[in-house]
Amino acid sequence: MTAIAAASAPPPRRRSLWKRTQNSRTAYLFLLPALILMAVITFYPLVFQTWMSFTAFELKNLRPNSPAPAFVGLDNYLRILDNNIVIPNFDFLRILVFNLFWALSNVVIHVVLGVAIALVLNVEGLKFKRIWRALYILPVAIPPIIIATVWRNVFDAQYGFVNQIINGTVGVLFKLPPVTISWLTEPNPIVSAGPFVLPVAYFALLAANVWVGWPLNAVVATGALQSVPRDLYEAAEMDGAGWWTQFKTVTLPFLRPAMLPYAIYGFVITFNLFYLSYFMSGGGPFGQTELLVTTAYRLVSEQHLFGVAAAFAIFEFGILLVITLITNKLAHATASFDA
Amino acid sequence: MTAQTAAQQIETRTRIATRARPRRKLSLRRQILLQLICLGIGITVLFPIVWIVGMSLDPRNLARPDSLIPPGASLDAYAAVIARPTQNPVAFWQLALNSLTVAIVIAGLSVGLGVLSAYAFSRLKFAGREIWMLVVLAILMLPAVATIGPLFVSMNQVRVGGFNLGTSLLGVALAVTATQLPFAIWNMKGYLDTIPRELEEAATVDGAGKFGIFRHVILPLSTPVIAVTAFFGFVAGWTEFLMASLFVVGDPKQWTLAIALNALVGQYAGSTPWSQFAAFSVLFALPVMVVYLFLQRYIVSGLTIGGVKG
Repeated sequence: MTAIAAASAPPPRRRSLWKRTQNSRTAYLFLLPALILMAVITFYPLVFQTWMSFTAFELKNLRPNSPAPAFVGLDNYLRILDNNIVIPNFDFLRILVFNLFWALSNVVIHVVLGVAIALVLNVEGLKFKRIWRALYILPVAIPPIIIATVWRNVFDAQYGFVNQIINGTVGVLFKLPPVTISWLTEPNPIVSAGPFVLPVAYFALLAANVWVGWPLNAVVATGALQSVPRDLYEAAEMDGAGWWTQFKTVTLPFLRPAMLPYAIYGFVITFNLFYLSYFMSGGGPFGQTELLVTTAYRLVSEQHLFGVAAAFAIFEFGILLVITLITNKLAHATASFDA
Repeated sequence: MTAQTAAQQIETRTRIATRARPRRKLSLRRQILLQLICLGIGITVLFPIVWIVGMSLDPRNLARPDSLIPPGASLDAYAAVIARPTQNPVAFWQLALNSLTVAIVIAGLSVGLGVLSAYAFSRLKFAGREIWMLVVLAILMLPAVATIGPLFVSMNQVRVGGFNLGTSLLGVALAVTATQLPFAIWNMKGYLDTIPRELEEAATVDGAGKFGIFRHVILPLSTPVIAVTAFFGFVAGWTEFLMASLFVVGDPKQWTLAIALNALVGQYAGSTPWSQFAAFSVLFALPVMVVYLFLQRYIVSGLTIGGVKG
């Protein structure tokens, strides 16, 4: 190969192909171990998944020497769109709408709360800043499954702390009989408009996720706030700008470039947040807090419908791809706005 | 500009700023008001944590905990959980050992293979660099659930004698590595980008090759990010539920802590042994939280590198 490359390269000064690709070859030597592993545990499963999505792959096909699963064409995809799946209360459109609303509402609250608390912690002359900052980051270090189970118990109808607090304060004050609000299982949704269904359980999940979600937003916002030159505030003050005007004209332009990418990242993370829906509400009541990821997991681990699950995962890829493209557009649009 | 150097610049800038002008003092009333706000936030943050710790010390295994500091506090619940955390005759240390094994394999694989790739992406020019970086980023976006089906099916086809990869802890570790490795590459690449190139040039003058530079210049300088990335991989393995519950749920001897905790909680809060659940949670979370507090500075900057750089 070297000889051919050298012979077919008439200009004498030009290096041989072997020499020219030396950098690439060294680089691929560094990449090779990771690429081999990814080929086996990521790329192959993705290809395999696409094939499975066109078959009726079930538990019986798992056994060694079992016959190949039947080819069913687009049947799995159509069954999902038709809500023709054994999972009780399965409604593809409703899950998708809830999933989008879940991610969006969470991220908005996380960002607003994170920025607000970062602003408080950034007040000049505030004492014990370091202690508060260290304290507030604690929820991030707790294993997610514990967070979900603890919050499930906090919102339990009979034994939960939230109902105890309500009874202990409002109940005592107004001499009400003890309430047992079924935060996680109340069957009547608060909002029910076509595919948009919002049960009480949504607010319990929201509370738990806000608790764990705002601290990192506050960390990112604090970093951005510290990059604002103080002279800008002084200049704004001299111009007679009030608190809100200062925030809008001085602080916000510094916050946006740091917060926007983090908000997009948070949106994707929350969109795919498995553990709260699965462990806290169990997707209930009536599957109203089910997300795409929990549904995909149930299809595999509870129903063992590997073919349908594969088709479902392909739908999920498509949805995530669209979300990524839209958020990228959004980020670019705001970036050029800043410039 | 990188987050690290940016943070340093900000620090010096604020230092200069505070030196140049006298610190503005807060009025006592505003100071108290702000401290009260901070305290309120602190209570909401700490409350579930304190509640769990209090419950774990309660000897009565109450269904309805009635106070934060229970009367007759004892470590009975801890003893019970350590001896037999689930219905199965498996001790806590066995579960912890399983979680530990999974966690160490994931941390080792993702950091060991990840740092090599991170170096290539950060320092070497090669054909296909952009494409491979996009591929890594795309996989990073995928949720772990996305390939759980095909992973489970294909690992069940790897059988050697009585060993089935699809029902083993090794299979769990490999499956989780699939999601941890792209993150490790991306996280470490961000850090390696901040190491000054002049250091490498000096080594090149001394006659070091790419592997020599990697071993003697890059590797020693990236210890902090390697530690943090290994920690992330470790935590991912230590707390993993999805893969473990699908792969090894049939064999209680191979259960991990997360599966056991889920089994302990049960369907209804009334039937949950709350003190034991709380003690289990503390034992489960404490190692992670302690390491987290020690590594906090590095972890936060590691997380914000991704956020700030986009």
